[in-house]
Amino acid sequence: MAKRIDVSGLTAYYGSHKAIEDISMTVEPRSVTAFIGPSGCGKSTFLRTLNRMHEVTSGGRVEGKVLLDDEDLYGPGIDPVSVRREVGMVFQRPNPFPTMSIFDNVAAGLRLNGSYKKSELQDVVEKSLKGANLWNEVKDRLNKPGSGLSGGQQQRLCIARAIAVEPKVLLMDEPCSALDPISTLAIEDLIGELKERFTIVIVTHNMQQAARVSDRTAFFNLAAVGQPGKLIEIDDTERIFSNPSVQATEDYISGRFG
Amino acid sequence: MDISTQSTQSPLPTPQPPPTEQRRAARGATRPGDRIFLGLSRGSGILLLVIMAAIAVFLTYRAVLAISEDEGNFLTTFEWNTNTVPPVFGIAVLAFGTIVSSIIAMVIAVPIAVAIALFLTHYAPRRLRGPIAYVIDLLAAVPSIVYGLWGAMVLVPHLTGLFGWLDAYLGWTGIFSWEGGAPRSMFTVGILLAIMILPIITNVSREVFRQVPQMHEEAALALGATRWEVIRMAVIPFGRSGVISASMLGLGRALGETMAVATVLSPDFIIHGSLLNPGGGTFAQNIASKFSEATEFGRDALIASGLVLFVITLLVNGAARAIIARRKEYSGANA
Repeated sequence: MAKRIDVSGLTAYYGSHKAIEDISMTVEPRSVTAFIGPSGCGKSTFLRTLNRMHEVTSGGRVEGKVLLDDEDLYGPGIDPVSVRREVGMVFQRPNPFPTMSIFDNVAAGLRLNGSYKKSELQDVVEKSLKGANLWNEVKDRLNKPGSGLSGGQQQRLCIARAIAVEPKVLLMDEPCSALDPISTLAIEDLIGELKERFTIVIVTHNMQQAARVSDRTAFFNLAAVGQPGKLIEIDDTERIFSNPSVQATEDYISGRFG
Repeated sequence: MDISTQSTQSPLPTPQPPPTEQRRAARGATRPGDRIFLGLSRGSGILLLVIMAAIAVFLTYRAVLAISEDEGNFLTTFEWNTNTVPPVFGIAVLAFGTIVSSIIAMVIAVPIAVAIALFLTHYAPRRLRGPIAYVIDLLAAVPSIVYGLWGAMVLVPHLTGLFGWLDAYLGWTGIFSWEGGAPRSMFTVGILLAIMILPIITNVSREVFRQVPQMHEEAALALGATRWEVIRMAVIPFGRSGVISASMLGLGRALGETMAVATVLSPDFIIHGSLLNPGGGTFAQNIASKFSEATEFGRDALIASGLVLFVITLLVNGAARAIIARRKEYSGANA
């Protein structure tokens, strides 16, 4: 079910501004890969090229290849809408649909994909909420609005919504940066469980978090403000945090910048 | 009552009020400038209330004078004879005409306005958005008498074809049958009102749709929604209460519209089953056409009908608020 991501020579622009340049990497299925690096280094931009969300921003365009197993996401005739159904995404700020109930939020993606019987929907919603470790907290109020939950619960609701459509890959853009430490821990535990089923890529500013949850870590950096961000290195997380092969990585991790 | 007894029985000691000087300082009313401003703003507020109350008392008094002389039933009579002895008049035709023409206007205008607003915020190329929005703003600035003249000279002659078509294909429903009179009917009024209220509904809806947070649209996109599905999942639900408010603004204008209606309608105190046959009337149109030639008593009767329009407008607004409040916990304001 989970798929391998194979990126080669990827460059992304905002209008005429080159945001990231010539990035190549492989992400193995059923693993967690963390992206770290200073603000503005393009790690979020790179993440958004992996489900073709980058081009939603006006002026956003991409050169290069992103293979999901053997299929090029940027190949001719590929519909970005169908790409996003295969590659799910969780955002920095929890964004459940404010006008929908908890149940409808989780069912939203399924309803896009076609008609389901009420009982089928109920099964998937329950399974997804259990998968997001949220079921016990919300099972008695599935018809209440999702915006009534706490921040951490909302984020897990968004994860439930994303995994309900059974994506091959799950992208997470700083999913814990708006959450308190307890909610963060809950999400991190959840990531550990989800990697049994999905390929997970997570952007984080929190290096301890990268060390805790990921199997592989990629370090991004930019030469100067206005310059495009680049991938400095990607390696096993243990190695990145103990003995990275590039000096810049070690400087960043140990808190000595530039 | 309950509250006051509870508070006196409360076992908690009541906090001592701070000394007068401190309180005054906290309110910031010690400096001369503050005192003058306080006096001015409080005075204006009170004056406004007094004027409102005076108007209400005056109108109600005159209306009661007229209604007490009315030989017919004020609510159900299909006539407006204030000069006969005894006078016989009622608002049935006016209420029917006002409500029906406004409903026609809403049915036509709201879907078109929402569609234009969505087009402007989500489909139109960026460089077209400004000019189109500007043209719509201009439509709102046209005086209503100009709409009326255009309606009488351009719209009415061109409606013969439409009315014939409606009669041929939808005449069997009854409400679209047409006996071939001049196309100066409730339906004509509804079409003209729709054009007049289109700009305000479009503009307010456009503002609401523009304020849908990016993150909700991205949430839908990331689930694999097409552009239309994003609008259906994130944009329209978020903007629903705003669109209702916008429609109520438009409805308010349609209910009270005077000159344009008076110009295109051939008024007659009659209620047709069909919307296409000429005749009928609205509150505002009836007041405008009769007021200048009415006797003192006739004016009182017209004032009474104006009060009914006021009550209808209040009811409509209250209903709209209730609709918005009912969905409050699901509204986008909680995001």
